[in-house]
Amino acid sequence: MGNVMASIVSSLLIGTLFGVGLTISQMINPMKVLGFLDFSGNWDPTLGMVLVGALVGAVPGFSLARKWSAPLLGGSFQIPTRKQLDSRLLFGAAIFGVGWGLSGFCPGPALAALSSGGYQVFLFVGAMIIGMALARLYPVARKLNPQSD
Amino acid sequence: MENFSPVSGLFGGLLIGLAASLLILLNGRIAGISGIVGGAFVVSMSDWFWRLAFVAGLILGPVLVTATTGFAPNIDISSGTPTLIGAGLLVGFGTRLGSGCTSGHGVCGIARGSPRSMVATAVFFAVAVCTVFVMRHLVDG
Repeated sequence: MGNVMASIVSSLLIGTLFGVGLTISQMINPMKVLGFLDFSGNWDPTLGMVLVGALVGAVPGFSLARKWSAPLLGGSFQIPTRKQLDSRLLFGAAIFGVGWGLSGFCPGPALAALSSGGYQVFLFVGAMIIGMALARLYPVARKLNPQSD
Repeated sequence: MENFSPVSGLFGGLLIGLAASLLILLNGRIAGISGIVGGAFVVSMSDWFWRLAFVAGLILGPVLVTATTGFAPNIDISSGTPTLIGAGLLVGFGTRLGSGCTSGHGVCGIARGSPRSMVATAVFFAVAVCTVFVMRHLVDG
């Protein structure tokens, strides 16, 4: 994957940028996320704005990547190749949706919240990691290429 | 809509999107957190380093914001311990089974025009909205 040191440093910096974005947008706060998902309550559209901003920031990168032959730091593009809509995708998304709706946490914000969220965040993240490991026992899930997300 | 914070939401989102652009352009990787973490289960240890570095950055980001601006975001958790654990298990399992989460499908997948990701995103949003409705307005606490 190209220069290992370069990938480590760049990943650290990019992860930090991501974490900063989660903080400024307050997506790190599950209450804020649930505020968007609660259509019949005191609706908070902020998450929608975050998604708009994220797409504005991400579309140019992916558009460029399509035209390049290799990433800047070497290696190759690890882009998902699966095209068909299958039951794994739908069931997985639904199961994730329940967990997200129950807690207001998805993987990124939960990890980012480890620094300040207290023991509850550790509980969630611990359970999340176990859940990920359990998915490997599911025969169909085991066939998934992790890089074909 | 008293909690609506459109400007910081938009700006924070831009940074997230920028991070996704940088990760794909520099490292050729999708900034899907469930994939970055979950993928570590199946790859060789040499592939762990960039993943750990990314997660370290995720954790460092909020600390950096607080240290430089004094802004410490609320992390308001209303779920009890059993719910948190159950939710964590579901999020972990579901994101691996479904090959992605809000960043992987919702941001990166949609940004690259993937129909699979658009459908997955619609599904987990719809299910999450229904779950919140049931939990907040049908079930007590």
